[in-house]
Amino acid sequence: MLADKDRIFTNLYGRHSPGLEAAKQRGAWNMTREMLEQEPDWICDQIKASGLRGRGGAGFPTGLKWTFMPKEVRERPHYLVVNADESEPGTCKDREIMRHDPHLLIEGCMVASRAMRAHECYVYLRGEYIAERHALEAAVKEAYEAKLIGKDNVNGWDFDLYVHHGAGAYICGEETALLESLEGKKGQPRLKPPFPANAGLYGCPTTVNNVESIAVAPTILRRGAEWFAGFGRPNNTGTKLFCVSGHVNTPCNVEEEMSITFRELIDTHCGGIRGGWDNLKAVIPGGSSVPMVPAEQIIDAYMDFDTLRDLKSGLGTAAVIVMDQSTDLIKAIARIAYFYKHESCGQCTPCREGTGWMWRVLERMAKGEAQHEEIDLLLDVAGQVEGHTICALGDAAAWPVQGLIRHFRHEIEERINEYRLPRAMTQGAVVAAE
Amino acid sequence: MAVRRFDIDAGGDTFAFKPETEPKIEFWLAKYPADKKRSGVIPLLWLAQKDNDGWLSEPAMREVADRLEMPYIRVYEVATFYTMFRLQPVGRYHVQLCGTTPCMLRGANDLKEVCESKIGPKMFVTDDGKLSWEEVECLGACVNAPMVQINDDYFEDLTEESFGELIDRLRNGADVSPGPQVDRVNSAPIGGTTVLTDETLFDGSLAKSITLPNLPGALAAAEAEPEAKALPEKKPATNTDREEAKPSGKTGSKNKEADE
Repeated sequence: MLADKDRIFTNLYGRHSPGLEAAKQRGAWNMTREMLEQEPDWICDQIKASGLRGRGGAGFPTGLKWTFMPKEVRERPHYLVVNADESEPGTCKDREIMRHDPHLLIEGCMVASRAMRAHECYVYLRGEYIAERHALEAAVKEAYEAKLIGKDNVNGWDFDLYVHHGAGAYICGEETALLESLEGKKGQPRLKPPFPANAGLYGCPTTVNNVESIAVAPTILRRGAEWFAGFGRPNNTGTKLFCVSGHVNTPCNVEEEMSITFRELIDTHCGGIRGGWDNLKAVIPGGSSVPMVPAEQIIDAYMDFDTLRDLKSGLGTAAVIVMDQSTDLIKAIARIAYFYKHESCGQCTPCREGTGWMWRVLERMAKGEAQHEEIDLLLDVAGQVEGHTICALGDAAAWPVQGLIRHFRHEIEERINEYRLPRAMTQGAVVAAE
Repeated sequence: MAVRRFDIDAGGDTFAFKPETEPKIEFWLAKYPADKKRSGVIPLLWLAQKDNDGWLSEPAMREVADRLEMPYIRVYEVATFYTMFRLQPVGRYHVQLCGTTPCMLRGANDLKEVCESKIGPKMFVTDDGKLSWEEVECLGACVNAPMVQINDDYFEDLTEESFGELIDRLRNGADVSPGPQVDRVNSAPIGGTTVLTDETLFDGSLAKSITLPNLPGALAAAEAEPEAKALPEKKPATNTDREEAKPSGKTGSKNKEADE
């Protein structure tokens, strides 16, 4: 188990005040000026050395991403945009940062802005997080009043932070859709290139980062890249917020070392699987977008990017959705398919039509009202949605379906057989009577 | 995608922001560059929805468009795209029930039945105008599932009984307290946790002045090695070779703070 002294989010559960004084006591805003006095390259190098990979799902190295920004500010200003549109089913970690440790986020925004030579930052919250928005706004106000941020602040880097919010669109978690939304349009993803680092918000160089990636940055600089890199396995370093939901005895959020095994994570923090380890059926280890992993493969697996990728799944946002033997997996995935159908922005045909099609077929399969050939047809359609859309929502909609068929094809087949059995007998009886 | 149309009949012909909303509009518009007022469309539609009993009428959208000097169609597009903008009247307490898989696994379907029996079909407004409900997609409180959002507040860790009682209390105008509806601190596990109990995290010892590690010049040698870490040549190990020694948290003790 990760030692308390190595935890970054020390107020994760909100047992202490989120206010500025309490946050400073917990180490926030300590030595910030010294960090900001360094060259941007030093900050980027430290973050690179820490091995921090983006916490929003894709796992792209954060320090490397920051270096993509132009090295000089020309006529167009640079922007940092923080993606707090946390809507991936299963994920609820950024919420805790914003309502309980907002100063770590604000400080992180400032450090990251320095690293990318930006003076302005927007934090884009999902519309539903109203209490979280108020908490963050209050913290921003405190930081302005204490002159920690703003013009001519005590930290020596002019910096303005604005909180913006959406209104209930999952797709706005995609970085270019988020920028469109921030510009006051429908949240439909943009074609890349140009990448946001060249032409992002208002056509200016922009980097979009997840809340957690930004909020861990100041602590990494304070404690040293090698401290952070000391956790987890190579290429999967650091600490990570895990959100464990579903059929465990005590679902919770917890910060743990990367590459903890699934069994240790569940036994240490979540009171074990409901009904014991034998009752585990499957796990979605990284939010609804990643394919499920059956029990026997996940139990002793490391919870990190590379292990889960090798299991044909992914760490995603580390939102672990646990499903026990009582779960109707076909229904569970059908519900996820409905989610993607509902959240598709409608821009690309394969996704707009494919998500609805997959949902309708899965709903029938959940009842057993389908043909055996349709399983392969479903797989084929999922493959045709995957990779044929502007953004990754098409992929995200296809993967859970592929995961279901990969590991639990037999359940769908049994369901179809069960549905047919009494029907065949009735029909047979009718035929005989004629 | 969700197909959404607006309710032309119910909205009347006029809409005006309440006077107390004006400072809020200024607050939001001050956040964007002067020539990018359009960025404020979502916050302004939100305020308009608040001032229009929880839903957006067509005149309200036009008012927002006029304020932001946007073509009406651009505001209609935004209002119909984002599902938290409600395009038909709702009750004073509008229940948004999360039905996505993590909540479904913990009983959201039972809560739906409670809504149907106590309120009625989706988007139906009760005769007293107090209640309505809809099923929404993941609200991002999955470790506190099942949960609902009622107006601005989250109500978490619900059961059929506690949710039924909650609806009754709202209908009768009684006080309700948001957050987990069981004995639980936010997203900490039920029954308490063993983590974050170290008092030295909170006694101010972390606020002491330190020397930042790895400042330029101080540790030139250390920088070469992490570079290699960012781009490993070795094929990452899989769960099949877990015999290999796992790096422990001990490396943290090299750190200054930990030694203090």
